[in-house]
Amino acid sequence: MSLDTPKFSDLDAMYDVENAKVATEMYEDPALFKEEMDKIFKKTWVFVAHESEFPDKGSFKLSHVGLDPVIVVRDRKGKIHCMVNRCRHRAATVCEVKKGKTSSFQCPYHGWGYGLDGSLRAVPYPEQYGDDFDKSQHGMLKLRTESFEGMVFATFNYDAEPLVDFLGPEVCRYMTLFMKQGGGFPIKVLGEHQFSVPMNWKVQLENTTDAYHFPIVHKSFMQTLDEKTEDLFAFMDKNEGWVEDLGNGHSIMMMMPSREDLDERMDDPIEPRFEWLAEEIRKEGYSEEQVKRIVLAVGGPGFNMNLFPNVSFSLSFFRVLTPVSVDQTDIRHMALGMDGGPQIANQTRLRLHEHFQGPMGFGSPDDAEVWERVQRGTQGGEELKILVNRGMVDEEQGVMGPRGHVSAETGMRAAYGMWKRMMDEGANDV
Amino acid sequence: MFDTSTSSTNLLTEVTEFLWKEADILDRKAYDTWLDLWLTEGLYILPMGDGEDYENQLNLCYDDDKMRRMRIDRFKRGFSISSAPAADTVRTVSRIVIDSVDGDTIKVRAAQQVIEDKFGRQRIWAADVFFTLKKTEDGFLIERKIAKLLNSGGMLNSFSYLF
Repeated sequence: MSLDTPKFSDLDAMYDVENAKVATEMYEDPALFKEEMDKIFKKTWVFVAHESEFPDKGSFKLSHVGLDPVIVVRDRKGKIHCMVNRCRHRAATVCEVKKGKTSSFQCPYHGWGYGLDGSLRAVPYPEQYGDDFDKSQHGMLKLRTESFEGMVFATFNYDAEPLVDFLGPEVCRYMTLFMKQGGGFPIKVLGEHQFSVPMNWKVQLENTTDAYHFPIVHKSFMQTLDEKTEDLFAFMDKNEGWVEDLGNGHSIMMMMPSREDLDERMDDPIEPRFEWLAEEIRKEGYSEEQVKRIVLAVGGPGFNMNLFPNVSFSLSFFRVLTPVSVDQTDIRHMALGMDGGPQIANQTRLRLHEHFQGPMGFGSPDDAEVWERVQRGTQGGEELKILVNRGMVDEEQGVMGPRGHVSAETGMRAAYGMWKRMMDEGANDV
Repeated sequence: MFDTSTSSTNLLTEVTEFLWKEADILDRKAYDTWLDLWLTEGLYILPMGDGEDYENQLNLCYDDDKMRRMRIDRFKRGFSISSAPAADTVRTVSRIVIDSVDGDTIKVRAAQQVIEDKFGRQRIWAADVFFTLKKTEDGFLIERKIAKLLNSGGMLNSFSYLF
């Protein structure tokens, strides 16, 4: 065994499964953070982009896999590649344009040129490298890339299981249901809010399937809704929803079971708050069936789903976390719309997104505040544990794992269970 | 009488006075007074990136009268943890340029620098601010205000105050 055995080899002290208690160091220790980057973000599938963000041949987007800046790009045949944004010569980034279209990537320092698949194509004045210089050994560092439902994931781990196996059947099923908010059109990312929060990445990982905080943290948002919509968000009082462990650290929080599958709501009357919208869409010549489907889509589905380790589906947007340091995490909220759908429907989606999300939304700043407060709070009482045991009292077995009350912390237990499994891997290697 | 020349010292003085008044109101968080500076049809927009088709793009905020009032109400009612208390701000508005004068409509742009403090941590924000003002009997009213933050399309923090 190596001499620098991490002190976190005692994983039971970090996360006590039986009592669902998390150690304070989990948010605070830089050495633990470093180990997480290696054992989790370098090992598993990490969400990098949605296909609509780089739709054409040659279009690309900058993203991250853990701490590694990457480029996600489509080659001339439309195949998706992901590679570390670093020249193989002297390490300069080859691209600083966040999003765009190109035929190649060229390092600005000494001009090494790379193809859209990351392969090294051109080296200026190559003579000084000698005859045995092998360009095929000097391509950009490539990641494995796979997609499901337009969501692109990448991993450094070429031995990782196929993406759909990692997601599992229930996550795949819910992802397909989630995409029904395209209203019969392909889902398109309309834009993204970005804000950085002084918190450990796991504080955010816990949040998307945490219904318990909603009526408290988002009271001021609820107060701006009309009665009917407020009732929709009153899921804590209704006792209809649930939270379920979907395997591999993923979890779902079903807040409004009536909106699990939007197709099943096609016989419902149009919600009064969207009557005006339905009228506008009708005027554009859409059939009554399409009008209904589009209006339902604007309202979005009724669940949040959290995928370990970095992306979640929250009612009507994607939330992506990028760890920066032990106490800093970047958050992106991607607004979704209907590619080719009625302009007024997409405008409505944008305004609804701005209402809750982002640096000036009526929801996100309050989330950011409490997340930061967790980070500030864990600077004291190091010996105390963080409790994620809510709802263990009456959990039942669901399809893939435990299922509890809508406000149960089942999703956090799912995530920490996976965290522990991944951190434990290789621990017994000599 | 109202001088319509863009280079008029009188007009620049009047506009500057109005912009400083607004900046002071925002730093003091006298939001009801701020609402009174607006025409009902006015739009308050914080866009992201370089796009100018605000209606069809994602913005940080796109407030008509109703949203402005809800935003202020949320700030004031004390249930929003991020604004109870909000960050303190001290701002400077300068580099004021009158772009055009058309009847009683004046287009003005200016630089705005805001320093916020919360938890003893200070952050600095800079924005190009574009106003469309209407001259009325009671002074200027805002028809449109667009605050373009530096790095507006990039990674920001959350805000508990207005620009």
